[in-house]
Amino acid sequence: MVQLTINNIKVNAEEGMTILDAAKSVGISVPTLCHLKDLIPTGACRICSVEVEGQRGLVPSCAFPIYEGMVVDTNSPRVRRARKTIVELLVENHPQDCLICVRNKNCELQDLSEKYGLREHRFVGETKDHAIDISSASMERDPAKCILCGRCVRVCHEIQKVGAIDFTNRGFASIVTTPYNKGLNISDCILCGQCILVCPTAALREKSTLKEVSNALRDKSKYVIVQVAPAVRASLGEEYHFPLGTDVTGQLVTGLRRLGFKKVFDTNFAADLTIMEEAAELISRIKNNAPLPMFTSCCPGWIKFAESNYPEILPYLSSCKSPHEMEGAVLKTYYAKKMGINPKDIFVVSIMPCTVKKYESNRAELSEETHPDVDAVLTTRELVRFFKMVGIDFEGLPQDTFDNPLGESTGAAAIFGTSGGVMEAALRTAYYKMTGKDLEHLEFESIRGLDGLKEAVVNIDGTVLNIAVVNGIGNVRQVIDDIKENKSKYQFIEVMACPGGCINGGGQPIHQIPEKVVKRMKALYQIDMEMKSRRSYENESIKALYKEYFIEPNSHKAHDILHTDYVNRKKTLKN
Amino acid sequence: MHSQIFQDYPPKDKSSLIPLLQDVQNIYGYLPEDALQEIADYVGLPLSRVYGVATFYNQFRLIPLGENVIKVCRGTACHVKNSSNVLYAVESALNIKAGQTSRDKKFSIEVVNCIGACSIAPVITINDEYFGRLTVKEIPTILKKFTGSPKPKQAESTTEKNLV
Ligand code: SF4
Ligand code: SF4
Ligand code: SF4
Ligand code: FES
Ligand code: FES
Repeated sequence: MVQLTINNIKVNAEEGMTILDAAKSVGISVPTLCHLKDLIPTGACRICSVEVEGQRGLVPSCAFPIYEGMVVDTNSPRVRRARKTIVELLVENHPQDCLICVRNKNCELQDLSEKYGLREHRFVGETKDHAIDISSASMERDPAKCILCGRCVRVCHEIQKVGAIDFTNRGFASIVTTPYNKGLNISDCILCGQCILVCPTAALREKSTLKEVSNALRDKSKYVIVQVAPAVRASLGEEYHFPLGTDVTGQLVTGLRRLGFKKVFDTNFAADLTIMEEAAELISRIKNNAPLPMFTSCCPGWIKFAESNYPEILPYLSSCKSPHEMEGAVLKTYYAKKMGINPKDIFVVSIMPCTVKKYESNRAELSEETHPDVDAVLTTRELVRFFKMVGIDFEGLPQDTFDNPLGESTGAAAIFGTSGGVMEAALRTAYYKMTGKDLEHLEFESIRGLDGLKEAVVNIDGTVLNIAVVNGIGNVRQVIDDIKENKSKYQFIEVMACPGGCINGGGQPIHQIPEKVVKRMKALYQIDMEMKSRRSYENESIKALYKEYFIEPNSHKAHDILHTDYVNRKKTLKN
Repeated sequence: MHSQIFQDYPPKDKSSLIPLLQDVQNIYGYLPEDALQEIADYVGLPLSRVYGVATFYNQFRLIPLGENVIKVCRGTACHVKNSSNVLYAVESALNIKAGQTSRDKKFSIEVVNCIGACSIAPVITINDEYFGRLTVKEIPTILKKFTGSPKPKQAESTTEKNLV
């Protein structure tokens, strides 16, 4: 323990802590910009400067370790002046666009400007001007709004280990961009949106399809159906000051109905369907000595990563479409027929925690005849904007339940939204399929939680399965390298591109509260716990769907409609 | 493609990045895009990082130099003598910016610091020739001297016209 004084308060803090953390431990907050929790500080922005007795200059508190007897002032006039100047310089080289900016009222630069009382333009000079990168279907990059904090670069390189963007050029010309300033869509970027979640401004943001959706809702010839991913119900409440981890399914359904959707369905239904198909695929791969390990394919960020970096492993990916694409495919085939609606009049909207899903829904492979399985994807954030625009007061909404049949689901489907969930759900069903018995203990503790690589050994009546859960795309390279060197012991591997899984997807509410991932995760496991059925094969609507339409998992028809194939993008990208 | 160069460096060693960039530039006079990707793969860094480094240092060029290289001095003495106007005039005359090469590949502009000819500031050099005590007005005339052999070009365009 080290004893020091911060703003005249005696503080006992652990050795090795930074001034920033020591201050936080006694309720003193210091502003930061370039700082990212758990990553080595770079000390680039200096907004966290504080005064330390005996030090000549101000020191960056995010990088400066505490020592015994240290005397710190986080709030001296000198500190405040320095911070204010930094903010002024940033603001003067920034488009003054707040009124028409997607991050208005949720912007760290705006907050700082308010906090330090900027009331006039003291420095007027050249401002940077860069084109907006609208090349990708998922995200936009607006470098004019970038304050060069470097958080996106660090997340992309150090957490995701993709490294699609970096600082380029220097001085005034410095800009965070892709190699050769090409569009994101032809870079290594997997569109996971993790960089959006850490960007303090609107320099990185989703590409919105709100207009398309609202036009479709007004189009009398369209039968507009909406579906919601599991992770959205665990996070959306945060935008309305519900405690972290509140499950708002009931209000969500009512809200969507009020927006005018003809049917409000649950992607969880299709998650159960995915499990039926995926478990059958796994079993047949084991029986027929087909390539193993099998990788899950629910995460389009992971798919894009594999396609552009490791095309040689594409045969190992499950051929199952992701759940919302399956839901769309079933809507435009089985459901359209059942209800006597022309599939071309059906407009499917997916509410997703994810930015990649936007790009995914544009993939040519994911369509029935000429209609895309999913017509538009809205992120959690866009849905909130939609509610506000239409005057839906979310907090006060009564609760309602999903429409059927594509709204019924089991607990196994709910946990799809968290890392380890797809695997757990698949094991529950695979066990039954292989043994004819219900699995007793449903929880696989060792593959829950936030570790980067989680493992388990499962013995299913003598068949021993080594399984792994890769939590975050940054942890997948090693696993793939092992397979390529024949060193891998796994038969089945789940991969989610976002750390924590979809609950921490790039389309989720933006704020920097560290507990958000754990709390959202808990919410989903809670939904699973409280479900009457917790195994996908117990879903009555799924049973009916097979009976009436697909006959059995992996049938010819199921293959046609519920499965897909992949593209070697390395060829296209790197030549 | 560049195996001879790579031989001298251990693979997956990030500290070889800058020497490798220098070696490749020595061969081509600039850093071609596919070479950058090869270097990235060899040292084990994402292309974005390699590109970032290549654009950070003035010594690296991502586009080939033109036939004639114009160096505009922006050192202190030249600055005092309004070298910023000189630079602006050169850029406007060629319709490119410092660091760029004109479309017809005739000219590149580079900005340099003091080239040791302060007594005749402001100075530019074109290839090995010095032009001192410059005024903005002289620039078009000077450039014209380097616009090169106009004859074959005219011949080319007449044939084109004849075809039409
Ligand atoms: S979306 Fe993901 S891969 Fe793309 S730049 Fe952002 S963090 Fe990197
Ligand atoms: S894009 Fe955003 S996160 Fe990235 S450096 Fe700029 S301001 Fe920071
Ligand atoms: S983990 Fe989920 S939110 Fe993240 S990219 Fe994959 S599908 Fe999207
Ligand atoms: S937050 Fe400490 S230097 Fe940027
Ligand atoms: S400053 Fe230009 S030659 Fe010295």
